[in-house]
Amino acid sequence: MTPDPSPPSKDAGDLKSGRRGFMAFAAAGIAGILIAPGVRLIEIAQATPATGTLSPGASSKVRWGMLIDSTKCVSGCNDCVTACNTENGLSGGTKATDSQWIRKIEIKEVRTGKTQSLPMMCQHCAEPPCVDVCPTGASFKRADGIVLVDKHTCIGCRYCMMACPYKARSFVHSPQTDQKPDVPRGMGTVEACTMCVHKVDKGEMPACVTACSKAGHEAILFGDLNNPESEISKRIASYPSRQIRENLNLDTGVRYLGI
Amino acid sequence: MAPRFGALVLLIGLLISGAVHAGDASASRVSQPVIEAARGGQCVADPAFMRRNHMTLLKHQRDDTLRVGIRTGQYSLKTCIDCHASKTTNSVAASDTNFCQSCHTYAAVKLDCFECHTNKPQVKP
Repeated sequence: MTPDPSPPSKDAGDLKSGRRGFMAFAAAGIAGILIAPGVRLIEIAQATPATGTLSPGASSKVRWGMLIDSTKCVSGCNDCVTACNTENGLSGGTKATDSQWIRKIEIKEVRTGKTQSLPMMCQHCAEPPCVDVCPTGASFKRADGIVLVDKHTCIGCRYCMMACPYKARSFVHSPQTDQKPDVPRGMGTVEACTMCVHKVDKGEMPACVTACSKAGHEAILFGDLNNPESEISKRIASYPSRQIRENLNLDTGVRYLGI
Repeated sequence: MAPRFGALVLLIGLLISGAVHAGDASASRVSQPVIEAARGGQCVADPAFMRRNHMTLLKHQRDDTLRVGIRTGQYSLKTCIDCHASKTTNSVAASDTNFCQSCHTYAAVKLDCFECHTNKPQVKP
């Protein structure tokens, strides 16, 4: 047989350059260790920008948060939950094995019988216990305060689900198909509210916030907690807002009014 | 003598060309990857470079996107899919002839991306 001019054979040169590149990289790495004994790897990591480009990305000057006014939240209204399911491609089921990124809860004060309704989701803590316990570093907090799961490194141990005081995380039990292009979801990983990070990065509002104002309730306010001029900061400064389980000192990004 | 030698050369020549043709007509024991035509124009980089380095580019950019929030990079899986999705199945990995799957089958490399990521392009509103 004569040799077949197939595409892989063309790459022989590339293979060589790949190997050479690796050797150079390895040599540089060894040289780095030998030359600079005082420099620790963490310092190098912190000094290097994440990319060479000047793209914006998440900034630590911003801290995204939500203020949920439970006095405006209507009992029986599920619009935020539906919007979240649609936006993120969730089934909408409420079984123990179904993913629920946001859920409505009804609370009742036993003595007076006063009932209240409010949405519950990932509270995007400044000190997230899910990040503390994650054995692989998959659970992480972005510079702008949004707590996410890197499913590329998640091993599905579910330790974060146990650590979360808000029961905010779900485990994907079954194979997924037809996910949303912006919201990858896969079996064997943990997931939770992402504060619609793909929309926030585009300068849009999370789906639940949009749905709530569309329904005319305006119960969820989204904004930058670090900016004293933002609407959310002004309201937090002038009205008594609460964090759920404040005693844990997690400094949640989601605050509640009227509870 | 000379004409007979000439005929022998001709015969060998025919045999070789026959063998080459047989190779072209995928009679080879290994099926060649079917590379379906892309929808867009030019790829973000030279095809030979992409063939060898797409995984590194994608892996680098996925960390930038997910962890740093940079969504402007040119090597995003979403844009790969937008361009390379098959016109018949509207996917890059639904059938063995689709762009990603055909090469990965040929190279016997498991394709994990689409266990979480969709293999279909974004539906334009």
